[in-house]
Amino acid sequence: MSTAVPRLPDHQLSSLAGAYAEAVAAKRRQLYIGLGLFVLAYIVAGIVAEVRPTTFFTNLWRFTDYIGRIFTLEQGAAAGRFVLFDVVEWMWGFDKWMKLLWETLLIAYVGTLIGAIGGFAFSFLSARNLTPNSTVGFLAKRWLEFFRTVPEIVFALIFVVAFGLGPVPGVLAIAIHTFGALGKQFAEVAENIDMKPVDGLTATGATWSECMRFAVVPQVLSNYASYALLRFEVNVRGAAVMGFVGAGGIGQDLVEAIRKFYYSDVSAILVLIIATVMIIDLATEWLRHRLIGLDQRS
Amino acid sequence: MTIPAAEHPLRIAARADRDGLVQRHPEIFHPSPARKIRAGLVIALLIGLFGYGLVVLEFDGARLVSGIGKLGQFLWFMLPPSTDTWAKFFVYLHALAETVAIAFLGTFTAAILALPVGFLVAKNIVPNAVIHFLSRRIVDTIRGVDELIWALIWVSVVGLGPFAGVLALLCSNFGLFSKLFSEAIEAADRKASEGIASSGGSKLHGIRFGILPQVLPIFGSQVLYFFESNTRSATIIGIVGAGGIGLHLAEQIRVLEYQHVSALILMILVTVGIIDQISTRLRFALIGERAAP
Repeated sequence: MSTAVPRLPDHQLSSLAGAYAEAVAAKRRQLYIGLGLFVLAYIVAGIVAEVRPTTFFTNLWRFTDYIGRIFTLEQGAAAGRFVLFDVVEWMWGFDKWMKLLWETLLIAYVGTLIGAIGGFAFSFLSARNLTPNSTVGFLAKRWLEFFRTVPEIVFALIFVVAFGLGPVPGVLAIAIHTFGALGKQFAEVAENIDMKPVDGLTATGATWSECMRFAVVPQVLSNYASYALLRFEVNVRGAAVMGFVGAGGIGQDLVEAIRKFYYSDVSAILVLIIATVMIIDLATEWLRHRLIGLDQRS
Repeated sequence: MTIPAAEHPLRIAARADRDGLVQRHPEIFHPSPARKIRAGLVIALLIGLFGYGLVVLEFDGARLVSGIGKLGQFLWFMLPPSTDTWAKFFVYLHALAETVAIAFLGTFTAAILALPVGFLVAKNIVPNAVIHFLSRRIVDTIRGVDELIWALIWVSVVGLGPFAGVLALLCSNFGLFSKLFSEAIEAADRKASEGIASSGGSKLHGIRFGILPQVLPIFGSQVLYFFESNTRSATIIGIVGAGGIGLHLAEQIRVLEYQHVSALILMILVTVGIIDQISTRLRFALIGERAAP
């Protein structure tokens, strides 16, 4: 059995096919122009950033060499062999590094909590539907934008000069960045709430703060907590490099190991950082799923 | 009709019916003790850890107060932002151009390299649990290393300069894009590629004509979105010597040239703002205003 496919007469078909070919050709032209512009921008960027493909390829072995070298023991009985042959030697600074990692986690935690409290307060001020008046809303939004756009390391650099070396500037830098980032995310959550409870409370004569407390907070709390946990995860990564500018945590030891070419220390610290970050990722994911699950049940 | 703010009729009615309300909504007036204890425990834990953290991290009042005083002083010194001479301004401008170039090259090269990997990592393209698991872990590991760390490593491999910055951004974005791309591919509608398979197309045809047209706009949007955040990252990798404006910023902060610092921060903010505008426009052009996340 053959299926009959309706076929237009040739003279009709040819004009349609021509129109189609033209449309495709126009789209192709657009694509080629876009690609051309992109390649041009790429080359210009390559010149500005001093990219030298030849030196890159001649030096590529040095990267693999480097990776190989950081996983090779330098001292001890198994010197010159893969690090796993003598884990005790490889992780010689384990206690010190774990202490620094714990400090890193605390920096991230304290910074996240301070920032989250700030972001919590500012989210109600800046959310379009809740702001007490538009000037306050505008100012709060710009404030959060500034805190979020300046990279936290820049804040850390300035704070190190003001507060001295140590974890304090790191915590404050993370807190400020978190303030800005969470303030925005919280405000977005608050802009999507159901406004009926707010209207109901306003009708009974409740003040603005009573409205926020009894009509808004119960709706947004679990989402806020979820975002705060996600931010904590990001901040653990951020806190791990705070030491690069002298703002506490494990970064100090890592930067020293890389700069002074203590090869096996580099891999040991990196492995510890990656493992910690992964554990934190899994833990926060589990917590967030529980939080969201809780939300749906009630 | 005017309502006295203090005694709204609703309030009067609610107060009169208080006992009825209590009876109908017991969980609101008398939350279960288990719930109360649990909430209390969570809050106590949060505060306890916070206090412990403050002690371990050596927070003390005197230092904070003097630091905040110094910060106020810095802010005062920062005004007005100035680079003193035009020559300096052009030096900074060049560094800024370098920063944008680093972000551009890092982002788009990573995207090009991640494109095939994204397909390999996607569960519906390569349905092999072992490959899937291993490639995911590798991608996650690359992603778990911060770009500043990558920058430090590349500086010790290819030397100081913006090229190390490009490679650093490339590495961290490669991991990120591989993950995002593979997720987009896994979420793609499979009807199109099934249709192609049923009309006799090969698996490659299915990918090219069934999946690629669906996911390319999403990829483009994601890449453009991260171009903006990469510009921000590119401003700081100079701190470890990997090119761009961060080098000048770190230097001016160390030599306490506050007017230069504020000028540099201002330049960064304006540049990031412009890049943000451009990438948002392009994203909307790619996927339409409504669908943009």
